[in-house]
Amino acid sequence: MADSALHDIPSVYEPSLFGTYSKKIGMWLFLLSDSLTFGALLYAYSYGRISTTDWPTPFHSASIVNATIMTAFLLTSSLTMVLAVRASVDRNAKAQTLWLLATMLCGIGFIVLHGREWSNLIAEGLSLPMFPAVPGHEAASEFVNVSKTVPQFAATFFGLTGMHMLHVTLGVIYLGVVALRRKFIPILLVLWLVAWLGTPVYSPFHYGAHVLLIAAIVISIILWLKPKVYDSSDVEVAGLYWHFVDLVWMFIFPLVYLMSAKIL
Amino acid sequence: MDSTQLAIEERVAEQHRHHRKAVFFYVWVALLVMTAIEVYLTYQNLPPVKMLTILLGLSFIKAALIIGYFMHLKYEVNIMKWATICSVVGCLIIMTIFFFPDAFRILHIGVK
Repeated sequence: MADSALHDIPSVYEPSLFGTYSKKIGMWLFLLSDSLTFGALLYAYSYGRISTTDWPTPFHSASIVNATIMTAFLLTSSLTMVLAVRASVDRNAKAQTLWLLATMLCGIGFIVLHGREWSNLIAEGLSLPMFPAVPGHEAASEFVNVSKTVPQFAATFFGLTGMHMLHVTLGVIYLGVVALRRKFIPILLVLWLVAWLGTPVYSPFHYGAHVLLIAAIVISIILWLKPKVYDSSDVEVAGLYWHFVDLVWMFIFPLVYLMSAKIL
Repeated sequence: MDSTQLAIEERVAEQHRHHRKAVFFYVWVALLVMTAIEVYLTYQNLPPVKMLTILLGLSFIKAALIIGYFMHLKYEVNIMKWATICSVVGCLIIMTIFFFPDAFRILHIGVK
């Protein structure tokens, strides 16, 4: 019997093989490919760690506490995201927006703490050749030799955590669009100005802040071309992305931070 | 959007309505507790191999909880579960085969 007769609808599509809607399958496919990106980065980090006998352990107790709070932020954001999805299927628009904003706040908290961690490490001498030198910190640099003797540590650390931080940033922007739609664009532009003008010229975040400007332009084009009200399926798909970002951190935190801790 | 997609979306939303919110709180608490255990172990100065084994074990449990409950994969149809998990695990196994024998060999002979 034909599918159209079974479902009593004039559909030209076959029922989904995977039992769910196409947007969700598309997001899962993206996440599968992205998991291989992070898998490759984590393997590269582990490869460097195993093959280098004098691998540095730069993370003092303060760094571990900082990273633990960051982890708590991400885990809590996953809970608020689930509650946002639940509010969306219950068609409670106000609760949906509030939970999405709570998720974004946790994400911003994570980014701020991570940025502070990066800035401290760079100030102590752990840096990449592409980063400008921090004025006045040359003499007190704790890790200046690490950057010269084991350059793969800084390269893999900043590469891996930087890629993750970029994902969290894009996740916050994604949730902002789903929660606030066009109203989020001016907020994003303000965040860009704060991040750009509020960071010193030698900070990598001074230039990294332009990601927010690029995102604002892209969002403006998308919302201009296809304005829509986001429904529960959009919230669920955004949630999948957000949980994936949380999931990746569950491997970065122990492998990068806890396995390179210097507890005295 | 076509009517088939809308019907599927509504069915998925209906599935979500049947999940108890309390389950998500339990999962969240379990994730926080496992994170606390990881940090506690860091302060115990365990041998690196033992430490790595425990940390990776806990990480995989946390990942399974996030994928299963928060990402809803536990409630998807079997073909979705297997297609997703098998493809990622297969690729990670291939990466392991390519990367690690060489890394251990470098460690054994020393970096010149």
